Amino acid sequence: MKSSLRAPAIALLPAGMITFICFYLFIAWTFAISLTGSQLLPSWDFVGLAQYERLFASARWWTALRNMAIYGTLFITGCLSLGYLLAILIDRGVRAEGAYRTIFMLPLSMSFVVTGIIWQWMLNPGLGIQQAVRGLGWEDFAFNWLVRADRSIYTVVLAGIWQQSGLCMALFLAGLRGVDPNIWKAAKVDGIPTWRVYASIITPMLRPVFFTAAILLFSLVVKSFDLVVALTGGGPGFASDLPARFVMEHILNRQELGLGAAGACMMLATIAAVVGPYLYAEIRQKKGG
Amino acid sequence: MRRFPLYLMLSVAALAVLFPLLVMLSTSLKPLAEINGGSLFALPREPTLDAWAKAWGGACISGDCRGLSVWFGNSFAIVLPALFCSLALGALTGYALSLRAARWMDILFAALLIGLFIPPQVTLYPMIVLVRELGLFGTLGGLVFAHTVWGLAFVTLLFRNFFLSVPRDLLKAARVDGAGFLATFWHVMLPLSLPVCAVALVLQFTYIWNDFILGLTFAGPGRQPVTVALNILAGSQLGPQEYNVNMAATMIAALPTILVYLLSGRLFVRGIAAGAVKG
Amino acid sequence: MQPVRLQGIAKSFGATPVLDRIDLDIEPGEFLVLLGPSGCGKSTLLNIVAGLEQPSAGRIHFGDRDVTALEPDARDIAMVFQSYALYPTMSVRRNIGFALKMRGLDAAAIDAKVAAVAKLLQIEHLLDRRPAELSGGQQQRVAIGRALVREPQVFLLDEPLSNLDAKLRADMRVELKRLHERARRTTLYVTHDQVEAMTLASRIVVMDKGRVQQCDRPETVYARPANRFVAGFVGAPTMNFLEGELALWDDRPALRLDDTILPLPGLRGATGLHVGQPLVLGLRPEHLSLAMPGDEGTCQGQVLMTEPTGPDTYVLVRLAGREVTARVASGIALAAGQTVALRLDAPAASLFDIADGRRLN
Repeated sequence: MKSSLRAPAIALLPAGMITFICFYLFIAWTFAISLTGSQLLPSWDFVGLAQYERLFASARWWTALRNMAIYGTLFITGCLSLGYLLAILIDRGVRAEGAYRTIFMLPLSMSFVVTGIIWQWMLNPGLGIQQAVRGLGWEDFAFNWLVRADRSIYTVVLAGIWQQSGLCMALFLAGLRGVDPNIWKAAKVDGIPTWRVYASIITPMLRPVFFTAAILLFSLVVKSFDLVVALTGGGPGFASDLPARFVMEHILNRQELGLGAAGACMMLATIAAVVGPYLYAEIRQKKGG
Repeated sequence: MRRFPLYLMLSVAALAVLFPLLVMLSTSLKPLAEINGGSLFALPREPTLDAWAKAWGGACISGDCRGLSVWFGNSFAIVLPALFCSLALGALTGYALSLRAARWMDILFAALLIGLFIPPQVTLYPMIVLVRELGLFGTLGGLVFAHTVWGLAFVTLLFRNFFLSVPRDLLKAARVDGAGFLATFWHVMLPLSLPVCAVALVLQFTYIWNDFILGLTFAGPGRQPVTVALNILAGSQLGPQEYNVNMAATMIAALPTILVYLLSGRLFVRGIAAGAVKG
Repeated sequence: MQPVRLQGIAKSFGATPVLDRIDLDIEPGEFLVLLGPSGCGKSTLLNIVAGLEQPSAGRIHFGDRDVTALEPDARDIAMVFQSYALYPTMSVRRNIGFALKMRGLDAAAIDAKVAAVAKLLQIEHLLDRRPAELSGGQQQRVAIGRALVREPQVFLLDEPLSNLDAKLRADMRVELKRLHERARRTTLYVTHDQVEAMTLASRIVVMDKGRVQQCDRPETVYARPANRFVAGFVGAPTMNFLEGELALWDDRPALRLDDTILPLPGLRGATGLHVGQPLVLGLRPEHLSLAMPGDEGTCQGQVLMTEPTGPDTYVLVRLAGREVTARVASGIALAAGQTVALRLDAPAASLFDIADGRRLN
């Protein structure tokens, strides 16, 4: 090794070890465990794909997957559209822009646990919004999603959008501010209405921002654990369970390490399937440019 | 008033964001009787700080009735060393990677970057095993180590991209002046990166303070951070709930990061944008 | 004071050759200027001498020491960068003293040396400011101070004046020359500005495409360029080139341009060339002037345009179907379309090979 490389190489040793061991070796370890019959503790009795068969035979896992699909779709579309709308509104040049921005991003600074508990209180059927609206005189108003098995996942969507829209707004606002002002002048000269400029010119220009934001939100969806724990506890029953929570429970509480590992590997595969092409395209683009 | 609809929409959105927080605040100021008998929307008729006092100093969490203050302290005890470790390691790693002195450095950076997307559930159990083998399980050191590992990719990304933007001539000048790898880092690069340090500090503080999963897993009993305690307090469906205490506790747990966010101003936004726009 | 010797220095980035076997001997105390267009490899060569880049082949000696494998700080050099590269977070005082601190000097010694250099450069009042609070010229002085304070064996300067405006550049040029005359340090100076090269250098190395085209004293490089590239690169307005054949007129050398004969009385070094040989005649504008009555070997041209510059006026003249620039004293009224008689200063002319451009006389 060249002598000028020695010092940086030593400095990179801890990061290199962490990357190799704590990221990649651990992934391999978890994958290996998912092929065993491990229960409370890791054991190395290989059972092939039996854990995956069990996983996909489990109604609870399917519920979790279905919930992730619902949550992911609604949460990502909700955050993107709301965030983009807010960013456009702010970008129209409003007074007290800073105040609005600060407010919209405020929930981002709070933990998912805090968000979950606030919304649990708001949605409490006995004392929350439902009761308050009934108190205003609308006697049969019903907003009891928190305790309805077929609706509880939507409360997670609601709380999630409340918390993360600000992130999208910030990303989109940065994108809008990066648009060449001459485009606006040119459009004005051509007499194109404002909404049309956004729809046909600006939005296509911001496609990379949409991608980045969607990828970011998607990885949040797959990792989502705290929010659902604090808001619904996965309930009622397992009605609002998510894969991340399923895996945590089986690894930590249910002494089903092998099954949990299989679930974790499926989570990783989901992320890889979506984020992989994105990262690949990014890196290729960097090399080309 | 052509712009009226614009302001109307923005105000409605702002109110929608603030409403849950206002409800939380108002609930925390109500006596329990007022909550059970009244409306969620109603402002407290007889505002009292009793719930805050109980949440801070008297609420029972896991059989410990000293209130949230204990766990609040735990969080600080976790955050401060974890912040220091993750920033120190991330800054040094980011600096070394920004030199791009060999091809393997770019490969290591890419490998590290991918780490941003690995769900914690995948590597959590082997991490438990490692921390236990190191004899750190259930200790502060174990949790700090876990935070350092999980924060490494983000902090490194932040610093590397900043250091890459520093003119190469500056590094050459330091080399001619006889400053080695570490001296250049310490005397030249680190002082330059103070704005980035501030961004990393704000965001890592927020992430670590708000962490739930690592605290749940790696902190020993009695050592958990405030998020875990809060979930035990407010999340348990057992027994009669003191909603005003829960809401006060939630506010207490959320206050440090809210304050940091409000005081740090644009740093937070810059960090989020920097973390999102990778490369 | 030590000589610097470069032997067979070559450098390529991947498959792209940047430097092609450079040999140079730099005398002790010399001010050697590397001059060339951007991309000619001059900065790479400087970086290799500094030790910031490793040559692909070749050796570098400072005196008897082979420094090829040494780190920059072990070579006893100092460098001034085009961007100055001042440390933004340090005061001027710390910027200048940093290298000394890295060498482990004690604080008192550093302070004394920094003070001496600051006095020399008249920047004592700036010592406690940050680089961002300084003007371009002041930053430049600090950068030079940072190099001076180390009392190095070799000074390396990489286009140090190119970020300054014209007036300041001229002032700093004079100052650099004065500093060099006082300290007589071996200096290697990279620039693309020929005025800097002409005024500062004890010798100029003209580089192009990774090779040394000529290495000589400034007057020689100007008067007797080694090839057509050097002739065209050095001097402004650029040298006139006339392609033709060597001919005899009245038994004296001349140049045949199509059907015009250009007499060149007193042309030197044409021996060895034969009549009818195609070649390029190079004449600087000042060697083309208005003919006086009775001058020999004049030729007729037609004025196309005049460019007064103050002390002189450059006249664009059509001569035998080609355009040439002549320099005349200001105050002579010339109108476009006017026919003038030009005198060629043939003894000052250069002759170049038409194929490879090397000097023939």
